[in-house]
Amino acid sequence: MKFLLFVTPEIIARPLIAETVLETGALLNVDRADIKPSGGEIIIDVPRDKYDEVTAALIKRGAKIIPLEQPVIKDDEECINCGACISVCPTGVISFDEEWCVVMDVSKCIQCGLCITMCPHGALKVVKQNPR
Amino acid sequence: MTEKTIEDINTRIADGSVHVVTAEEMPDIVSQLGPEQAAKEVDIVTTGTFGAMCSSGVWLNFGHSDPPIKMQRLWLNDVEAYTGVAAVDAYIGAAQLSSTQGMKYGGAHVIEDLVSGKSIDIHAISQGTDCYPRKLLDTTLTIEDLNQAIMMNPRNAYQKYACASNSSNRTLYTYMGTLLPNCTNITYSGSGVLSPLSNDPEYRTIGMGTRIFLSGTQGYVTGEGTQHDPGDQFGTLMVQGDLKKMDKKYIRGATFNGYGTSLYVGIGIPIPILNSDLAKATAVTDADITTSILDYSVLRFNKPVLRNVTYEELKSGMIDINGHDIPTSPLSSFHDARAIATELKEWVKQGKFYPTLPVERISNTRVCKPMKQTQDMPMVIDVMPTRITTIKQDLCIEDAAKMIMDSNFSHLPVVSEDDKLVGIITAWDIARAVAKNKHDRLEDAMTKNVITADATEPIDIAACRLEQYNISAMPVIDKHRKVVGIITSDDFSKLMARRRDK
Ligand code: SF4
Ligand code: SF4
Repeated sequence: MKFLLFVTPEIIARPLIAETVLETGALLNVDRADIKPSGGEIIIDVPRDKYDEVTAALIKRGAKIIPLEQPVIKDDEECINCGACISVCPTGVISFDEEWCVVMDVSKCIQCGLCITMCPHGALKVVKQNPR
Repeated sequence: MTEKTIEDINTRIADGSVHVVTAEEMPDIVSQLGPEQAAKEVDIVTTGTFGAMCSSGVWLNFGHSDPPIKMQRLWLNDVEAYTGVAAVDAYIGAAQLSSTQGMKYGGAHVIEDLVSGKSIDIHAISQGTDCYPRKLLDTTLTIEDLNQAIMMNPRNAYQKYACASNSSNRTLYTYMGTLLPNCTNITYSGSGVLSPLSNDPEYRTIGMGTRIFLSGTQGYVTGEGTQHDPGDQFGTLMVQGDLKKMDKKYIRGATFNGYGTSLYVGIGIPIPILNSDLAKATAVTDADITTSILDYSVLRFNKPVLRNVTYEELKSGMIDINGHDIPTSPLSSFHDARAIATELKEWVKQGKFYPTLPVERISNTRVCKPMKQTQDMPMVIDVMPTRITTIKQDLCIEDAAKMIMDSNFSHLPVVSEDDKLVGIITAWDIARAVAKNKHDRLEDAMTKNVITADATEPIDIAACRLEQYNISAMPVIDKHRKVVGIITSDDFSKLMARRRDK
């Protein structure tokens, strides 16, 4: 399961992730990290059974958690099922079904935004949820 | 030998006994029955394609205003239309960009908005004449208010198209979509097995006057398309149809990020199976249609071929290039191409559509020539200043600072003992090194990954590279990496100004 970890500039230098791994023993994976002066946005992938434990450990350390339930959405009115978005996605979220309709497995999305730039019909949007 | 006439087929449409299949269903039928028997049983094969067709546009007639105006320049939702014809006629082209929204909105979107019945803001200006005194006009209207809105597309329905990938180390934004660095993706276009012209490559039934499905209504082929190149299987068609009757499902404005706008047009062409030759032609499969993957990182008209592929391989979703599996993306919608071929099939079955034979055949031998250029494109070597100061890599920062002061160049190429380029140092690099108190070794302060120009490349391509990397100067090197000059953005701007003023 993926979630977005948001860290404010004050705590960005702390080894939050390493501490969390040591505390929970979870084999987590950093899918994408975007660190700016305004804060860090890090996409973390954790095994489903460790999700609660890992997010609790991070929240305890002052980080914010944004669940990625609907990381990217497709407007089916605008989408023409061309499939242009398929080949730019680094994590294989997008594919064709047998009927040549474009389907998405959003649980793999890391919100990189490449498909949004690619889509000629403006049908895709990355959804930023509010931190919990 | 089966020989049917178009009249035989049309009689069967009228009495409801016509047998229509799509071009996707035909290969199996021909392989089971053989072409002769298939020609007996099948009357019509329907094809379809739904993809980006930039060479599309619509002729509009607005009717006269009072007092009347001869529109000299005209904008629809801030997108300029061509008005070099009579007073209130204009052509809106799909690829024309909005003067206020840029690439986000263009002629293609105006056309889509017209079809969707949305209101369009019209702004026109004129010098004013005795017969057309009005100088300014602003109004808002919908497609209903126009006398005519006739789609006339000079080049549609490419028989097949070359695919794109990118071997460079930066992302390219093209009319073939976003091409990721290091050949990470491949894009392609066209509907393969359903492609109208791939099902009649000899132009036996598709020609001037052929009735077609055009974006949800009946349209016509008016002749060969521009750049028609049937010999290389890159045939194209010119088509016409009434925009007022089109279905917005099959007219969609598109934006290719960093390139501009294009129009997705839906075309379906019925192929009457008059004889076994046509049955054989319509048995074409994705595996029979070959195209090339071109490397778009080469900014020339002729791009190197990375490899040849069939549409079957492209549609598998992965292509092997030099041992790596690369994902592919279509830009055309196969889903909607199939929907078009199926809809056309239903129209024929229900007696709503009667195919025609061409009144004139389209050439199947025409060759598409490149542009005749009467002025040679200058090369970097022709325009670069020849006076050049370089600095040896084993010197120190202070030497570089002195040299910059003496030579008046703000960029110094750094060269090895045998004069090969190893880096570049700028006044800014020196300032930074001094500020950080690290001012001995040149090598530590210089940029090692130098963007260079080739002495024999066209200047426009070198100028493009300066812009891409947002730098102000590039050393010019020969094939042994020896520095032969340096070219700056100043040199380019002066040169461009001279060429424009000519
Ligand atoms: S944002 Fe788009 S391209 Fe990126 S991971 Fe998600 S679906 Fe894939
Ligand atoms: S690129 Fe856009 S229009 Fe094409 S399939 Fe993807 S979401 Fe749909």
